[in-house]
Amino acid sequence: MALVESQREREEVSSEQLLRDNPKAVAGKIVVFQYVVVAVFIFLLSAFWALQVQNPDYYSEAAERNRVKSTPILAPRGKILDRDGRVIVDNKATYSLLLNRDQLKFEHLPAISEALGLDFNELADKIHKMGSRPQIVIKDELTRDEMAWVESHRDPSAFPEMEVIKSWRRLYPQDGYAAHAIGYVGEISESELDQPQFIDYHPGDIIGKDGIEKEYDSTLRGIDGERRVLVDSMGRERQVDKPKDATPGKDLTVTLDLDLQSVAELAMDGKRGAVVALDPRSGDVLAMVSRPTFDPNKFTGRISRADWQAIAGDPYKPLMNRAIQAELAPGSTFKPMEGLAGLETGVIDDETDFHCAGGATFYGHYFACHLKGGHGNISLRRAIAQSCDVYFYNVGNRLGIDRIAQYAEMAGYGSKTGIDLPNERESTMPSTRWKMRNFRQKWYAGETISVAIGQGAVTISPLQLATAFGGLALDGRWMRPHMVRGAKPSLIRQEHFQRKNFEAVMDGMCEVVNNGGTGRAAVLPNITVCGKTGTAQLASTQLAHSGRKNLQNNAWFVAFAPRENPEIVVVALFENGVESYTAVPIVRDVLKAYFDKKQRLQKERSLTARARPPLLLPVAIPATLLFGDVVH
Amino acid sequence: MARVFRGLDWYLLVLTLLLCAFGVLQIYSATHGTKWQDAWWKQIVFVVFGLGLMWVMSQIDYHSLVSRVFPLYGVTIALLIVTMTVGSRVFGSTRWIRVAGFTFQVSEFAKIVIILLVARYLSDMRHGQRIVWQDLIKLGGLVGVPMLLVMKQPDLGTSLTYIPILVCGILMAGMRIKYLLIIALAILLVLPIGYHFLKPYQKDRLASFIDPERDPKGAGFQVIQSRIAVGNGGMWGRGVTQGSQTHLGFLPVPHTDFIFSSFAEEHGFVGVVVALVLYFLFIMQIVQNAQIASDREGVYICMGIGALMLFHVLVNVGMVVGRMPVAGIPLPLMSSGGSNVLSVFLMLGLVNSVRLRRSVTT
Repeated sequence: MALVESQREREEVSSEQLLRDNPKAVAGKIVVFQYVVVAVFIFLLSAFWALQVQNPDYYSEAAERNRVKSTPILAPRGKILDRDGRVIVDNKATYSLLLNRDQLKFEHLPAISEALGLDFNELADKIHKMGSRPQIVIKDELTRDEMAWVESHRDPSAFPEMEVIKSWRRLYPQDGYAAHAIGYVGEISESELDQPQFIDYHPGDIIGKDGIEKEYDSTLRGIDGERRVLVDSMGRERQVDKPKDATPGKDLTVTLDLDLQSVAELAMDGKRGAVVALDPRSGDVLAMVSRPTFDPNKFTGRISRADWQAIAGDPYKPLMNRAIQAELAPGSTFKPMEGLAGLETGVIDDETDFHCAGGATFYGHYFACHLKGGHGNISLRRAIAQSCDVYFYNVGNRLGIDRIAQYAEMAGYGSKTGIDLPNERESTMPSTRWKMRNFRQKWYAGETISVAIGQGAVTISPLQLATAFGGLALDGRWMRPHMVRGAKPSLIRQEHFQRKNFEAVMDGMCEVVNNGGTGRAAVLPNITVCGKTGTAQLASTQLAHSGRKNLQNNAWFVAFAPRENPEIVVVALFENGVESYTAVPIVRDVLKAYFDKKQRLQKERSLTARARPPLLLPVAIPATLLFGDVVH
Repeated sequence: MARVFRGLDWYLLVLTLLLCAFGVLQIYSATHGTKWQDAWWKQIVFVVFGLGLMWVMSQIDYHSLVSRVFPLYGVTIALLIVTMTVGSRVFGSTRWIRVAGFTFQVSEFAKIVIILLVARYLSDMRHGQRIVWQDLIKLGGLVGVPMLLVMKQPDLGTSLTYIPILVCGILMAGMRIKYLLIIALAILLVLPIGYHFLKPYQKDRLASFIDPERDPKGAGFQVIQSRIAVGNGGMWGRGVTQGSQTHLGFLPVPHTDFIFSSFAEEHGFVGVVVALVLYFLFIMQIVQNAQIASDREGVYICMGIGALMLFHVLVNVGMVVGRMPVAGIPLPLMSSGGSNVLSVFLMLGLVNSVRLRRSVTT
């Protein structure tokens, strides 16, 4: 029984063995598998097609970025030289630390900022803002110790993102000397980068931020070079390409004269205000001082937030260039031009006298003269010399506002000079049209009276005043002031005045200095200095509303010399100088320095001219004459 | 002499040797001037040795191997346990055992045993019989044990290569659609749970596969750099030893797992097409041997090997272009590495063994 069963089982097994051995049963499934294989290979090939054929540039650029590390070779900015070629602004070679974005790890920052004494939050903020830039400079002017620390920590195991490059630090004169005219440089800001004129600039670039540095940035800045290095994934350098050298910026010779500038700086020491010295014939600015000042060395490159806030938050605005931005009432300096207007229009002649009793009433208002006792009967020349207000109230009243404005505008009131410095402000000259346009009101004749002595709405800056007087002194030939040598002098306006009218006003300005006038402290030996003082009341300005108690008048003095063919015109603004005569010595110092230097140069020139023949003489002497006794 | 080699699959052998030549060339190029610069001739030695093993294997009747699969299976499990205890640790995982100066990766050879095991189990089933739950559990358990051991090394990539062998076998044997659906559903449910059992680096790899830019310096680095290398090759390639991604160290392991990336950089799309066509023909030729096999054991063996090769190519090459997660499995015949070369040649020996015996029962 058991045997039969086992026999049957074996038969079953063997019969099924045959069936089991039939491999054709799975043929259909093998075909399915083959389709799967085809699908897998199409899937893979499509991926390579997308990477290698459709988009090869994207990946080859990525590979390029991977392997090529480029570091900038910074170009030095051009130097700034004075008119005699003396260096005002120079560069100093230093080392800066930059971080490479590719290797940058955020967790390294605390250690780096601590070792280099940087503020961590400021650094983190900078890194955050760096965007797609390959590098970012985080510290300039590395000290020797800092260099040593960087060199010992920039291996792949520590902080490989650090890299030291040679850079240039701008060296400005000490103590804010000529700081406003020259300006300063700084890192380009995000808002600047958005402007179309900065299209060629890159984030992190150092650009001129103010003054000549800004105006002539394209001349001064060089073209950075590039050092390209093949690196591996660990940041190790494999191969160094030939570097592309930097092209240094061009030097710039400015019109400033360091001798005059130094005198003006010294004269303004401890004061607030501005000094401008011009050559009226060419428009060359010989000196430009604004006080209070700031140290531009602190701004070079990357200023720290604390330093910036200290300077920007100062209530006296040290960054403001008062020479071109302080728009203040001209006060009595307005009188010579107005006197000329009176003569030219015929409302007065050079014999006209007015009586000054220390004040006068116009349109129901009493207007005082600065001299309480009055000047008595006074002519134009003495009225200019003594700065009699009553005389000019009368002249102004006869002229009316629009004729005053017509002549003042000839001298540049109501416009800019167009000097090659950024952010010059416009002066103001009120008129009926001006008032209608700005206030939609008609002009009241009473307002003319205060304008007649340079008060009210009329304003001017020191540079504009210097330009106005320079053109007046040249008999109506106004030249555009400029800062850079070699620029062609450009004429703003040419007017022709009657000789005797012009001489009458010049006589008045001459008496201001030379005949017991308000500017007698400016008198110089052998040189005829002419000028005019001014006192600008602050009652109408903003400062009056600031509630400060020590509210004092601004003192003006403007002078030119010599009387015939004037070579120099100097304006001093002494803010809160109280009385106009306080500004006079400042101008006198600058004028004296100018003429002393001129004399010295003439003397040197005549000395060298005389010294030359003896130098040539020995050549002409035959050798036998000199060595005759040696020859036997 | 000629009699000894008669009947071998010469077409398959030519494809194999062409791919090996590509591999050796690329290993030479990628390791040129590095500390692995003698890997290319080691690879030649392994290929020659592999050819010998293949011939030996082809002369062995696969039936005798299939019938002795359980002792072989036991030995494999034992060796895997030995690997865990005394194996040498490289890159944080214990995969190799050292015998007489050579290091062996047991998990590579375990593939062959699993192929035989699946062939044995499924060919034991009767005609018309379909796979039921008990079969799935038994077979899953048998394959699962070595898988878990390899996973523990940890070597997730290699342990995953056992799955296509199993899946291919089961599908060949036939299974109800209902089962398939249930299994698919189960996998979907188990996957998120399984994710929690992954090592942190494995989780990173998975996450960076889904979004490589998420952490470009960390886990995504390899994928990003590999894609850059492939794209940098363009249509015609950068030329031998000219791939910057390969030679400046941006590609991780450019002669082993990422060899196809460096090949694509230096030989471009044209080279890629040639290599992939060779792989396609290579797999199709293995499948062709399954079609002419004389019995189910032969079919299962060839199909298991075909599925395994397809899986390797899909996962490795897919990883190189960022279409598969970084699993760390080699590209058969091209990647540098002795155990993998030898195990592939042993499998090709099995294929030839099946081919040589195709006419025995017809």
